Amino acid sequence: MLREFWRELKKAPGTAWVGLAIIVFYAFLAIVGPFLTPYGESEIVGTEIEPWGENFILGTDNLGRDMMTRLIYGARNTIGIAFTTTVLTFMLGSLTGFMAATLGGWFDQALSRVVDILMAIPSLIFALLILSVTGISTVAMILVIAVLDSTRVFRLARAVSMNIVVMDFVEVARLRGERIWWVMNREVLPNATAPLVAEFGLRFCFVFLFISALSFLGLGIQPPLADWGSMVRDHASLITFGLIAPLLPAGAIAMLTVGVNFVVDWFLQLTSGLRDEH
Amino acid sequence: MAKILKMIAQRLGLGLITLWVVSMIIFLGIQLLPGDLAQAILGQAATPETVAAFRRELHLDLPAHERYIDWLGGILQGDMGKSLANKRQISELIGVRFSNTIFLAIVAAVISVPLAVTLGVLAALYRNSFYDRCVNVVTLTSISFPEFFVAYILILFLAVKAGIFPSISNVSPDMDLWDRVYRVALPALTLTLVVIAHMMRMTRAAIINLLASPYIEMAHLKGLRRSRIIVRHALPNALAPIINVIVINLAYLIVGVVVVEVVFVYPGLGQLLVDSVSKRDIPVVQAASLIFAATYILLNLTADILSILTNPRLLHPK
Repeated sequence: MLREFWRELKKAPGTAWVGLAIIVFYAFLAIVGPFLTPYGESEIVGTEIEPWGENFILGTDNLGRDMMTRLIYGARNTIGIAFTTTVLTFMLGSLTGFMAATLGGWFDQALSRVVDILMAIPSLIFALLILSVTGISTVAMILVIAVLDSTRVFRLARAVSMNIVVMDFVEVARLRGERIWWVMNREVLPNATAPLVAEFGLRFCFVFLFISALSFLGLGIQPPLADWGSMVRDHASLITFGLIAPLLPAGAIAMLTVGVNFVVDWFLQLTSGLRDEH
Repeated sequence: MAKILKMIAQRLGLGLITLWVVSMIIFLGIQLLPGDLAQAILGQAATPETVAAFRRELHLDLPAHERYIDWLGGILQGDMGKSLANKRQISELIGVRFSNTIFLAIVAAVISVPLAVTLGVLAALYRNSFYDRCVNVVTLTSISFPEFFVAYILILFLAVKAGIFPSISNVSPDMDLWDRVYRVALPALTLTLVVIAHMMRMTRAAIINLLASPYIEMAHLKGLRRSRIIVRHALPNALAPIINVIVINLAYLIVGVVVVEVVFVYPGLGQLLVDSVSKRDIPVVQAASLIFAATYILLNLTADILSILTNPRLLHPK
């Protein structure tokens, strides 16, 4: 398995290599980073907006905290929350999708109608609506995004498993008397992994950007937790003075999504084999 | 002709039903959520008397379905209630801002759609060349960027360093058209960059997908020029997915406009929505959400109808 992966990797286009490098780098920062920072996450260590120098590699932020440290902690917070949300989204969406396809009948119809209605509302608007009532908290945000985004995973999981469920080997399993859980796990799931893995990457990007946008609007992760979206918001006015402080966290966000998109693009090309003319 | 009208009417009906259910969700969903509205808004001042007075004023003591019918009836007559933050009529607040938002969206759409389709056709024409690969990387990158990143980069280079455009878009109703377009240029450019990538990739993919068909091979064997093959023979059949992605992106514009409006401090509906959420001004949030949802549903409906109209097989089913 690993040898196949390595062989495919060597044939991959340059963008996929860049993407993988970025992802590994960010994962490293998120997990190990906080142990390597010289300062604490919310420690005020200098005056506001100091220029880049030897004490503070990337200067200080608007409250005097070290920018580099905030960026590294931001990696852990933002990526961690986005990853958790994506995993939740995926579990909810694929479970319901597989069940809808395997059980069929009224369960399928009812769930599909509910998902249609949920998808008729733009997610940002719906999230803002719910957050205005529940108040702004990280848990509320995670749950809202997970439920809203699971609709898209539901559609994909259902479409993919519909194709599998009509195959003979599933019918044979059913006739043998296997319960639905077994059928889902051993027959449907292994055949559905490729499109789902690509979808996971795309969902992660979307959730990550969504959380950053909400934090940028001041409605997501709250201070003093370091978070890239709210860091952009804090330094937004500095851009009019030509200082690039807000571009640092924004650029960090952009680079990760670019990396993931490159890798997913390569993966999609591998597994779907888009028709190209001679 | 009559069949087409019937189909459009059917879709419209379906859209209206969806909009009705969505309005129910927007209004009633709030009831199901945890957190007592009166206490949350009054905060520190929440004694039993003030809470009771607040509820009476907002008619929160009436049962939910009565309130919903009141609200819906009011909206259909143009009365959306009063804002909690400043007691003004919501319809006044929203009217001007909605037209501002639509103006921004239209400017962005007018720039991005022709550009995206042209660039997509060119990419399909020169597929696998350096131009095509370049374009592929650039579009993939720009799809991944968050809108505020694009916005701030544009502000940095075009407003601060080069001084061509203003970095804050202050638009008031008494400006003339060209002044407005000037001030709206940067936000429109940001939105354009965000949506153009997706439309371009789809145009290119749809055309390339068709190029493997037998009739294209026939055209090629007949000796037609490549550009003529693509524009006259492949493009009309690729219209359905292209139009679909264009309208979907237009629907996205309506929503992506929220972040852009906040960055450029543009007086539009998106900014009003974000401000109201932080102030927990629920009636305004409900009204604005309903308008956004209605526009989104309408645009998706249009995408549906247009993709049926452009596909003769769906238009005249056997």
